[in-house]
Amino acid sequence: MKPTLRLAGITTAAALLGLVACSPQRPAPTRATVKETNQRKHAPDFALKDANGKLVHLADFKGKVVLLDFWATWCGPCGIEIPWFTEFERKYKDRGFEVVGVSMDDAGWTAINPFVARKKINYRVVLGDDTTGDEYGGLEALPTTFVIDRDGRIAAVHVGLADKEDFENAIENLLQTPAAPAGVDSARADGTNADGGARSHS
Amino acid sequence: MAPTLTVAPVPTVRTHKGAVATVTFKAALPPGFHANSNTPTDSYLIPLTLKWTGGPLQMDSIVYPKAALEKYSFSDKPLSVVTGAFEITTKFKVPANAPNGASSENGTIRYQACNDRMCFAPKTIPVTFSISVD
Repeated sequence: MKPTLRLAGITTAAALLGLVACSPQRPAPTRATVKETNQRKHAPDFALKDANGKLVHLADFKGKVVLLDFWATWCGPCGIEIPWFTEFERKYKDRGFEVVGVSMDDAGWTAINPFVARKKINYRVVLGDDTTGDEYGGLEALPTTFVIDRDGRIAAVHVGLADKEDFENAIENLLQTPAAPAGVDSARADGTNADGGARSHS
Repeated sequence: MAPTLTVAPVPTVRTHKGAVATVTFKAALPPGFHANSNTPTDSYLIPLTLKWTGGPLQMDSIVYPKAALEKYSFSDKPLSVVTGAFEITTKFKVPANAPNGASSENGTIRYQACNDRMCFAPKTIPVTFSISVD
């Protein structure tokens, strides 16, 4: 895998989403501003394997609020957020919330498994790849975290260490909104719009 | 944007068979960024490393920059890092069978950089210098 390629450009994607304000040298903390419903873009679906080799798709979480965290074991700021996400998983799971961690470690499960055990991670962790990184705009920096609404749309994105309270506010906000009724375009996890158009972050 | 480690070119090393040649690379990271030192404080962290991959010389030893212990907002304890300008020095032995004349020694520097809020993918960059053996 090529982490440099995989990580390339997510800052740009986040900037395009209008949710991130950062300078290259000392970025300000990103805020969990939840976009208005009509400004949200579909989160690309993915098929990534967990530690047991089982394929996990974003579509598996249809109807739930998903916190999708791109991270790596070598990323210090990621290690700060992971206990928050573990807490969120425990606190909100029964209300229709899931955390999915996408590890971008080149070393794969030999690096990830001990870290997961050490951090007592209680949510799904999958191994990322170049394709998924590209689908999410490329990844330049970690952590990069997407908060996805019940209809599979990206409601907020953070690049870099964010504030725990901001995440929690975003989650609470999204959990209070039910999924759109069947037949109403919004949450097509195949990544297309109702008219079949290709997904786009911009 | 991910920080780039800049490495200044090294002048041609003029040496002779049986000698010891010392080569120092001057490198620098942009302000606000750090890279893990060669001896990071956690096994999960990716160390700064220089590897020599090809050339007529025999690598003897590498001296990495002195690490600084710095505290960041994301770490509970200080991290062993390098920042700003630093040097990596390699001592080579010039073998008796080294070819006369011009050649080059090639290697790579691998580093992984962060600032105090985010980290960037590990990078491996090529380094090289010219040699003239009498």
